[in-house]
Amino acid sequence: MNEPAKNDSPMGDISADETRIRAQVEMILDTARKMGATAAEVSVGMDVGLSVTARMGELETVEFNQDRGFGITVYLDDCKGVASTSDVSREAVLDTVKAALNIARFTQPDSCNGLAAAELMASDIPELDLYHPWGISVEEASLKALACESEAMSQDKRISNSDGATVASQLSCLAYGNSHGFLGSSLSSRHSLSLAVIASEKRGMQKDYWYTVGRSAENLESELLVGREAARRVISRLGCRDFKAGTMPVLFSPQMAAGLVSSLLGALMGGALYRNISFLTDSLGTKVAHNTLSIVEYPRLPEAMGSAGFDSDGVATSSKAIINKGVVDSYILSAYSARRLAMQTTGNGGGVRNIRIEGESSDYSQLLNQMGTGVMVTQLMGQGVNAVTGDYSRGASGFWIENGEIAYPIENFTIASNLKNMFLGVEGIGNDVDLRGNICTGSLLIDEMMIATA
Amino acid sequence: MTGFDTGSKSGVEDTGSELLQIAQENLWLPAELQLRDIEKLLGGMLSNSIDMGELYFQASRSEFWSLEDGIVRDAGFSSDRGVGVRAICGEKTGFAYADDLMLPALTQATQAAKSISRQGQDHAVCVLRSGSQVCRYGAADPISSLDETQKVELLKRVEQEARNLDSRVEEVTVRLSASHDTCLIVATDGTFAGDVRPLVRMDVSVIVVDKGRKERGSCGGGGRFGLDWFLEQERCLDFAREAVRIALINLEAVAAPAGSMPVVLGSGWPGVLLHEAVGHGLEGDFNRKGSSTFSGRIGEQVASSLCTVVDNGTMENRRGSLTVDDEGEATQSTTLIENGILKGYMFDKLNARLMGMHPTGNGRRESYAHLPMPRMTNTYMLAGESKREEIIASVKKGIYAVNFGGGQVDITSGQFVFSATEAYLIENGKVTAPVKGATLIGNGPEVMTRISMVGDDLKLDQGVGVCGKNGQSVPVGVGQPSLKIDELVVGGTAA
Repeated sequence: MNEPAKNDSPMGDISADETRIRAQVEMILDTARKMGATAAEVSVGMDVGLSVTARMGELETVEFNQDRGFGITVYLDDCKGVASTSDVSREAVLDTVKAALNIARFTQPDSCNGLAAAELMASDIPELDLYHPWGISVEEASLKALACESEAMSQDKRISNSDGATVASQLSCLAYGNSHGFLGSSLSSRHSLSLAVIASEKRGMQKDYWYTVGRSAENLESELLVGREAARRVISRLGCRDFKAGTMPVLFSPQMAAGLVSSLLGALMGGALYRNISFLTDSLGTKVAHNTLSIVEYPRLPEAMGSAGFDSDGVATSSKAIINKGVVDSYILSAYSARRLAMQTTGNGGGVRNIRIEGESSDYSQLLNQMGTGVMVTQLMGQGVNAVTGDYSRGASGFWIENGEIAYPIENFTIASNLKNMFLGVEGIGNDVDLRGNICTGSLLIDEMMIATA
Repeated sequence: MTGFDTGSKSGVEDTGSELLQIAQENLWLPAELQLRDIEKLLGGMLSNSIDMGELYFQASRSEFWSLEDGIVRDAGFSSDRGVGVRAICGEKTGFAYADDLMLPALTQATQAAKSISRQGQDHAVCVLRSGSQVCRYGAADPISSLDETQKVELLKRVEQEARNLDSRVEEVTVRLSASHDTCLIVATDGTFAGDVRPLVRMDVSVIVVDKGRKERGSCGGGGRFGLDWFLEQERCLDFAREAVRIALINLEAVAAPAGSMPVVLGSGWPGVLLHEAVGHGLEGDFNRKGSSTFSGRIGEQVASSLCTVVDNGTMENRRGSLTVDDEGEATQSTTLIENGILKGYMFDKLNARLMGMHPTGNGRRESYAHLPMPRMTNTYMLAGESKREEIIASVKKGIYAVNFGGGQVDITSGQFVFSATEAYLIENGKVTAPVKGATLIGNGPEVMTRISMVGDDLKLDQGVGVCGKNGQSVPVGVGQPSLKIDELVVGGTAA
């Protein structure tokens, strides 16, 4: 903790709750054992937060949130039952454990069920520096949001309207324990400032946004920077023109590339693999992407948004390559999905944590030059990604690139291909990495996709 | 109609509403909350120069059972209970919630929500009124409508049906879910309403494999009734048959074309077109803020004259229906577009008041922990006069799309997409080869004016729609007759 919590903040510090939450996990596990569970795992969580939105120069919404709850999985030998509740009273604990046990009496035995092996439980969990209370007051948050919006609106007369600027600050405490005797907990914070503005022109309106997020308020971009970037982005959307569709290279902006990487990782998740709903079943050791591309997970980076010392099974997290020079090096497995596939867990219960793209990267301008003529995609719409076949078809807007330069904004077009071909066809990786999310990548240049327009 | 003052000690005994009584027993009784406590809290909000103060009490329980790879492996139960407190002052909203219904937590949440306004002096009195309500569904708990053994048997039966249909069926997953939601809404504007909402759903998904090619098909349905609905007329088996049919068709699918062409949409679920192309853009909040492409256009032609679109929350037992919305307003059928002319928007209380309009029963929230917003209920287009065969016969070269995965819209630019999961080529007026899933994209108002034929076969979807807005999900319905759009961009891969 760097900053002391201020007195007028509705949510100063929750670190004192950690001990209580850990004790609750033990109490619930004890209850489950006494009620006859052969094994059990419990997670108890708590979140408190403040979110303040200002719009068109006025404070608009002040939201306080306070969430608690727990979830329990009980096993009766190979049968499983799950229950959760927001109520942590003694009575609710009894009812919820009872509900889970009742379900376990009717589900069918599954030999893959059960806790991860005891020897895999995380020990020596490092301090990941994820908890930095901000202590911002409603008034301070409101001023920050107002300043952010006002900075954007003053950039250009065509910015005529706003969806508002929001300052949000969340503190969380999560504890997980199981009947091996494992008990882990973590405190974390998440602060953000976001703004969406609307610009108008004769042909209509366009909206764009920007945001900054971090574990510590000190690491947020200033409200003025966020305001200017949102303004720059929305103004760049004005003056959309028609362009000639066909087969051509596509450059995904870092934000859109993160979604693309997420689709690939989704196909390597244990759940998709054992259900046979992945286009990458039996792909371990095979080439699925261009050989310049590596995708690596670093789950224990200090202060990072995705960090955790243990996964949702209590298993220690560790760094690993998922794609190494285009070849699948590791699936993404929990204890359960690993058993279904007759493999070992990869410490990925609950998903991936801090994905980074590695490989030879280029400047953004180099990528544009390399592409020559094609489209750059900065917004994608719709759910047109088929996880089973890899078929990809989504709505998009972005920019027309001609002779290595941005020519004009474009909208109302689709991009289509298959994820297999797209990843094999990654011809360039940008060094313009967006570090805000759980999946961090620079721009990705795909050799060719089919573009359709009106 | 009965009313009472915040100062009086009487009132709950005779509210004239069975729902209200169930809600009070479920929500207030266990927390030992008395009417006078609620009156005090609301009175305290009025004393703060607040335009409206509201408490939304909610208790919900839900359960799911899922079968995968021949075994009912997974099932879960969840319960949640809490109160959301909202204070509105002009355009400002203060909001806080507690997952504890006991009075100290309630008072604390109320204080937090009130912080939006300045402390006032006057102590006002508010009168709560409970009206009679027309119930759109029964109040029975769907979770206990079948026992555990029956639920397990139901899942197995559906799986068996899918596997028996074709040897190429390799994987079958069946999921059954049920929820029971009780809410109680009190507000300083006099609102005193309760609702008890059942909701059930079944989803069947199959994977078929043939000569190394793998495809998926899925189907599902549900609504506001008990789980026994799936057994009536063997509806659950129909879902299995439909999922297998779609998967087998996709095995034969060729690459979809790319470019602008005539598109014929089937009836029912393809109504997701209306949800995206016009529905969201007609929600009151966007129009008050002027951020929708439909802002300020009431009375203008925004669709072809063949189009009449309504949002109707009153349909019996429908997934998107509500007896009262989450602000305690009775739902209604609202005409959004009539013969192509924009007639009205969908409102919650806040946006209706700020625009000088009446609420339309569209104020909805995901839970007590979320702020209400204008949301759709069941949104559909009324039937026209054309026969589906004649609509298809009118197309020389185009696409016939009958199933969709979902859609998305940017209400500011009007650009929207929806993704077909079952579609066919139309060649010389005849439906020919199935094509792979493709995204269709267009601009809402533009596409609506290009609707040139509307069928006589209006159908609503089977009850699986989930609508997301500002991070909140609510169940909705969509529907439409078959219709033809003269030109729409199809995002395939074939040149």
